Order: sequence, then C-alpha cells, then structure tokens
Amino acid sequence: MSARRIVVTSGKGGVGKTTTTANLGAALALRGKRVVLVDADIGLRNLDLVLGLEKRIVFDIVEVVEGRCQLRQALIKDKRFGEMLSILPAAQTRDKTAVTENQFATVIDELAEMCDYAIIDCPAGIEHGFRNALAGAREAIVVTTPEVSAIRDADRVIGKLNERGLPMRLVINRIRPDMVRSGDMLSVEDVCDILSAELLGIVPDDEDVIDTTNRGEPIVLRAESRLAGIYEKIARRLEGEIVPFTALNAPNFLSRFLGRKAG
Amino acid sequence: MHDIREDPLPAAPPAQQARGRCIVVTSGKGGVGKTTTTANVGVALAATGARVVLIDADVGLRNLDIVLGLEARVRHHVLDVLEGNAELDDALVSDKRVPSLKLLAASQTREKDDVDTNAFRALVDRLREKFDYVLIDCPAGIEKGFQNAIVGADEAIIVCTPEVSAVRDADRVVGLLGERVKITLIVNRLRPALVRRGKMLSVDDVNAILRLPLLGVIADEPGVIVATNKGEPIALDASSPTGEAYRKIAGRIVGTDTSTPEIPREATFFDKLFGGQR
Amino acid sequence: MLEFLKRLFNPEPSSVTARERLRLVLLSDHLALAPDVVESLKADLIAVISKYVDVDAAHCDVTFEQQESVVAMLANIPILGMKPPARTPRPAAPEPPPMIDPSPASAAVAVEPEAAVEAPAPAASKPRRRRRRRAGVNAAPAH
Repeated sequence: MSARRIVVTSGKGGVGKTTTTANLGAALALRGKRVVLVDADIGLRNLDLVLGLEKRIVFDIVEVVEGRCQLRQALIKDKRFGEMLSILPAAQTRDKTAVTENQFATVIDELAEMCDYAIIDCPAGIEHGFRNALAGAREAIVVTTPEVSAIRDADRVIGKLNERGLPMRLVINRIRPDMVRSGDMLSVEDVCDILSAELLGIVPDDEDVIDTTNRGEPIVLRAESRLAGIYEKIARRLEGEIVPFTALNAPNFLSRFLGRKAG
Repeated sequence: MHDIREDPLPAAPPAQQARGRCIVVTSGKGGVGKTTTTANVGVALAATGARVVLIDADVGLRNLDIVLGLEARVRHHVLDVLEGNAELDDALVSDKRVPSLKLLAASQTREKDDVDTNAFRALVDRLREKFDYVLIDCPAGIEKGFQNAIVGADEAIIVCTPEVSAVRDADRVVGLLGERVKITLIVNRLRPALVRRGKMLSVDDVNAILRLPLLGVIADEPGVIVATNKGEPIALDASSPTGEAYRKIAGRIVGTDTSTPEIPREATFFDKLFGGQR
Repeated sequence: MLEFLKRLFNPEPSSVTARERLRLVLLSDHLALAPDVVESLKADLIAVISKYVDVDAAHCDVTFEQQESVVAMLANIPILGMKPPARTPRPAAPEPPPMIDPSPASAAVAVEPEAAVEAPAPAASKPRRRRRRRAGVNAAPAH
C-alpha cells in the first residue's frame, strides 16, 4: 500500500508552507499515521528548525540522491511522535539545482513504500525547486495569506498545478478576523472566490506560532493553543472527513451572525 | 491622512552623484518584506527629489508593481528590454504621485533562467547613468533569480524578521554576498510586546548572529496590509510609524540622517487610544 | 480632487479595493499566460473583419492591456481596402414577363428570330442580356 504524496506549495514565500507542513504532519502522526516530511528547500532548509530537529541532521536528501547514504539513514525520527513522524532534511550548503526532478521523484517513490503520508515542503518560487517538489506528488495543498501578493502568486501556482493535473485544496493562513470585520483584510470568501479553490483549512494569525517555532515545537503539541485543534481538523479533512469550519472568536452573537470562520 | 508630499522639500537637495548607487534588497527567506521595503524606500528616496528606478527581479511572480499600485500601467518588462522588444523608456513606468520614481517591472510569464546575467548587468549600468538610485527587488531563494539580482549592485540591504528561519536564511545570504558588497540590515515586523515577553527574538538577538550595520527597525503594523490592498505605499502616509521608519531609512541612505535606528517600543495604552505606536 | 472627495465621503474599505485590483490583475495575468487563446481570438477576429474589409492578416496584432478599471483588448488590424460589392444573386423578385412582344411589328424590328425564341429563358441566369433585349423591344414601338 503506497502513501499519499502531497506537496505543500504557495508561490509566495513566508506564507506558512513550512509551518503548515510541520503541523499537518504532526497532526496526522498523532492520529496514528506514519508520516514523512520532506524538505525540498535545498540551500535554505527550515523544516528541521521548525521541528527542533536541526541538531540531529546527519545526512540530507542530496546525499541520498548522490548515493552517499541510504534513504533510511537520512530520515530523522521525531521522538515526540513515537515512530510516526520523520523528516528527510534538505542540504544547506548546496542549492536546488543539486537534484533533478527524476531524482526527486525516485526518492518520493521509495519513501511512499514506507509510510502513509509523504508530505513535501515546497520552496518559494516556481522554478527548479518548485518543479522538484512537484515531481512525485499526486496532490497539492496551496497555502496563501489573505494578502494581494500572496493571492496573486497562489493563482499562478494553481495554474501550474492545473497544467500538471494535480488536484489541490487551499489553506488560508494568518487570517485576522478583526481586520476582515473592519474591511481591512480580504475575507475567506473573497480568497476562495478569487482563486476558485476548494478550502481545506483556515488558520488564524496567532502569535504563539512565533514562540513555538523559536522553541522548535510544533504547535499541535501545545494543547491549550486553538491552532492545535485547527490543524487536527485539517488533518481530519485530509483524511476525507467532513468537518465544519468553526467560529474563530470567543462565541458572541455578532461573530456567529456574521459567520467568522476558522478551522 | 496627512500626505508627505504636502511638506516642503528638504532644504538641501541630495547631491547628484556622477553615477547612481545600485542597492539590492534581499533576504533569502520569502515573505519578510523585501518588496514592501523596495517600494517604500524607493518612494521615500524619490520624495527627497532623488531620481530613483526600482527593478523587479522576481520574474514569473512579480509583485513590485502591485505593491506600488502601478499594475495597470505596466506595458513592458525587463526581458522585453533585454531582448530588444521594447525601448527602455517605454518600459519605465512613471508614478504620478512621485514624479522622480520609475518602475521597471518583471515579466509574469517568463522564468528567472531566461534572464541573461551579463545583459542584466549592462542594463543596471545603463540605469546608473540616468538615476541616482537603482533599487533591485530580489526574489526569495539563492538561485538564478538571486544571482542576477545581485550582479551590478555594490550595496545590499538585508531584510530580516525576528524569526529563526528568517535569521538563518539571512545568514546564508550574507555568506553568499561575501565581501563584494556593503551590507546593511533592516529588521522588519518587530512586535515589541512579544519581545518583552520573551516570545520573539529582539533586534540584538538578530544582530548577534548577523552582525550588520543597522539601517532601520520597523514594527509590525496592520496598516501595511491596508496600504498594499490599496496600492498606496505607506511611505507616503505621514501618520504611519512604518512610513516614518521608511523615510528615516531613506534619510540614512542619502546621508542626511545620521541617527541610530530606534527600536520601536511597545505601544502604551495611550498610544493605542490615540493611534499608532512611535 | 474628485478622487479625494470620493474617498472622503465614500471611503471604500481597502479589502474591496484589493478585491477589484486582484480581479483585474489576475485577468491580465491569465490572458498573458494563454497565448493559444489569444491566437484563436485573433484568428476569429480577423476572419470576422475580413467579411467586410480586406485586411493585412500578416500584420494584425491583438493585445490585452490593463487600464485603470478594466482590462481592454487592443486590436491593430491594417485595412487594405473595401471588399468589392458582392456578386450574389438579387433577393427574390417576381419573375419578369416573357421577353417576346406578341405584336408582330416590334418582334420583326427589335430582335432576331433566334433571340426572340431565347427571350423567355429564366431571368436569373442572364440579366444583362435581358436588359439589352428589353431595350430593343421597347425601342421598337417608339419608332
């Protein structure tokens, strides 16, 4: 039984691809799935850092591709999740041209035999690194923030995904309900409408993300954070469950009435 | 909104140098504010009377045009000029709000690999003859797009947010830039309250790693999102602390402002009541 | 000034502005990214225009340009000349009466015997010849 292979992409940098990859992977692992996260951002790796695994890197994907180690040797298990979550780090001292699309696809093929989910953290851009990250993927998650540049870039990426026939769903990250309410930020409806995309998740802006990233702790492990529940819901939707999007703010009549959503 | 264009020009216009300065705005990490910085520093420099051209080097994912609110006026792009399909003057987009500012947009349909490095360098040299400042908005990453953007620049501004990933990427870029360019740092999107609570790196934390001369520190401000929504660079807004930060940065670049960058302090209750933190 | 007043009295939320700007810029981006669509559109446009005027197809150009509040199509179609008037049959008119004048005098003066026999042929195929004959036949009684 082969894994689901999902690439997490955006076009625009800094919208939360790595955070989404890490936390979605962690949420799936908590549900008992075997997950491998692949950092495709060769040269500017960060998946290891976000998960606090940077000190445990011995081998990376370039060394696997160049045959200097076995794939299993390069995988780093995140002990907080038992045997369920591993990462395949990127190289830091090379750049994205160090690996070809075919080589990348071969690595994903091999990984797909040893896990339930292979989730690929795509670098920013639509060039070599992007094409590599897509090679071997069968579906995509597009992450965007409700900001003009991010949406424009997401649109471009969605076009590229459509060209390749990759099904995709959207995660809207860092939404600020107060700014949406005051008309200073595009709403979830605006974004879905503009991009004509199916929604997978809505993640509000949350200052805890910065703190947890500093500590190398995926936020799904912080039970008191509302984001933990949100990523759990996203994982469930990914598994095919119908999960309604829940209200963002503390329940009050106005927000229910106006339908501020998250989840 | 008080518009800075209503203010009188500074007494001493900036010195007209023989050859313009070329500054690349880079970071490594995406999404830290390179494009916003390029746009606003450019606007602030031009508002002092300097002749400024902004080049979007993010081929395929252009955004400098949309951040400036000039997207409707772009007719040609860098590759059109490099490949001889358009004259440079036809490709330069004017900004009615700031007459001495011009934009040279990127192509939306081509790729970074399509840009010939030598030809781009020649274009930058040509622009340095016509403008006091050539600012290049560098794409995320360290591949061809980055390599093209830095060619021809003798100064670099690294934009970095106080987050571990951004600092790490900035550090990599500093290493790649090496000794060839003069590098300065802008710390962007600082949240003083989080720094105080120990939940965010401080400016000192960032610079302990990067060790660069500090050009400016900009606090996180929702107004920037609004400004981009409208396509109105925040450097034109006299009441915005971020606008003020960019104007000071421009002053430091020109040399008229020799102050050390202030670290924005946490907004007090009164700040919030009367609007904006300083 | 008008812009300033508009903003003062009807401040539009920036999200509304953003939505509209994105709509236009994405339309512009999509058109730029679909050269085959643009080529087909150009070909169809040239075909339609060519029904009315002769065009220099090799030098036709169709581009899309984003303007302040719309994305506009700009077509540059060099026109070489008017199309010659159509040689299509006239729309249905009642069948003209037979060409032969039953009066012996006009038949003898105006037309040759074989022409007279040909005269009742269907008008559609030989209009010019019919006109000449008619003139000949009519001319006779005047004399």
